[in-house]
Amino acid sequence: MTMALIADSPVDVDAEGFMTSPEQWNEQIAEAIAAENGIAELTERHWLVVRFMRERYLETGNAPSIRSLGKESGVPVKELYQLFPKGPAKLAAKIGGIPKPKGCI
Amino acid sequence: MAPRPPRANLRAANQEVTSVTKRQIVILGGGTGGTMTANRLRRRFDEDEADIHVVDRDNRHVYQPGLLFVPFGLTQLDELVRPRRRQLRKGILFHESEVDSVALDQNAVVLSDGTELPYDVLVVASGARLQPEETEGMTDAGWNKHVFTFYSPEGAEALRGALERFQGGRLVVNLVDMPIKCPVAPLEFAFLADWHLRERGVRAGTELVYVTPLDSAFTKATCAEHLSFLLEDKEIELVTDFSAGEVDGASGKLVSYDERELDFDLLVTVPLHGGAAYVERSQGLGDALGFVPTDKATLQAAAKPNVFALGDATDLPTSKAGSVTHFEAEVLAENIGRFFAGEELEAGYDGHTNCFIETGFHKALLIDFNYDVEPLPGHFPAALGLPLLRESRVNHLGKLAFQWLYWHALLPGRDLPAIGPTMPTRGKEIPVNA
Repeated sequence: MTMALIADSPVDVDAEGFMTSPEQWNEQIAEAIAAENGIAELTERHWLVVRFMRERYLETGNAPSIRSLGKESGVPVKELYQLFPKGPAKLAAKIGGIPKPKGCI
Repeated sequence: MAPRPPRANLRAANQEVTSVTKRQIVILGGGTGGTMTANRLRRRFDEDEADIHVVDRDNRHVYQPGLLFVPFGLTQLDELVRPRRRQLRKGILFHESEVDSVALDQNAVVLSDGTELPYDVLVVASGARLQPEETEGMTDAGWNKHVFTFYSPEGAEALRGALERFQGGRLVVNLVDMPIKCPVAPLEFAFLADWHLRERGVRAGTELVYVTPLDSAFTKATCAEHLSFLLEDKEIELVTDFSAGEVDGASGKLVSYDERELDFDLLVTVPLHGGAAYVERSQGLGDALGFVPTDKATLQAAAKPNVFALGDATDLPTSKAGSVTHFEAEVLAENIGRFFAGEELEAGYDGHTNCFIETGFHKALLIDFNYDVEPLPGHFPAALGLPLLRESRVNHLGKLAFQWLYWHALLPGRDLPAIGPTMPTRGKEIPVNA
């Protein structure tokens, strides 16, 4: 685990830049991570997903899968891919300041 | 005939007994978790203290880890199935019925014929349900012809026939999305398929492709470090970040949500999973996927204090696996005892998970971890035990022996020496700064 400076805040991150201490997160950090990953501006739809993702993680210890996001966040899966190209669950987790979604091995 | 005096009067005459009514414990599901829990509770409570009901839609208890071997002819279905009733101790009431719903406000379960089972404590142990119909096109043209799952007994058997006829081409192994039961099983399937096809002399003409929605086959650092060579050695092509949105069985295409296409001649898929349908019909019991929000250490459900859940039915951040369920059952039975006694529940489950991973050629790996500690190398359960994170023949024998243990020790609810709900650290190589 290493320390990184994102939007002037020191935060704990893993080797791929996922935050490992969600309590260090703030909205400026989210915007900075988004920009670094090719999302120039976080729209209301982005925020809806990021907040949902984060709340669910803090509540259950699980980052939701793409399917749960599609069913519960109010944003359909196709749109998730438009908002967060390549891997919506992963990218939204990164922007939301929660650890990377993992399998069991 | 003179009417028998009501039981409560008899009980009241007995100075030692303070409670006048028998407690009702209703367990939904007679699989791994339900059976272990019922048997443990039956031993804990005398028959005049509590009635224990188990409800399941059928009387077929399937040893699910065995399904992986069926497509390769390494085991037969009839060796994996036993009557549910026979795995339950004497004095447990078995109801063969679908569940309509749980009425949380009334503390009652409604069966499909309208019968109500009132409960003092409810245990949800109804596992996970396969939902192939949730992926567009999966169950259309090609389903059980060149699109298969080995996660159901029927699917595993149908796939056996298809593998026998398979003479080469593109064999794609895919899991659609997490959570799934036994998350390593699709990878094990790919390893065993490699072995099987080599034995049959058709491996050279086969492209074997493993397709995952995650960003690697091994998402935990220690596993990636110790196991990544396996895919390379076995010449299995890896496609990551692939979230399957559609199956076109007629033309043999698997299509992702971001519109990538993968051709296949034979698709072995692990369909989406959800909780039991009645969970979705029961107001306040489950989440959007039908899993039951559950406290990760005490196993009490969020819905109400007298509702508990274990195994694949929960939303816990663990693997949906028999070992998890077994460790949970021990904590759950203890906590139901404490709940009735009005005591504080024990936060006794730490996420302990233990699984064998078949790698083919009579070898297997073993991994052991919990909520906080990743799989580590070393030995299990102590220094002289089975090797961890390393292929070995003894682990394969362990996996085979496990089936006997399952029916004869785990389901009856016996404790295994040195193997419990908290992860052992003896025998493990623990990093200094972990």
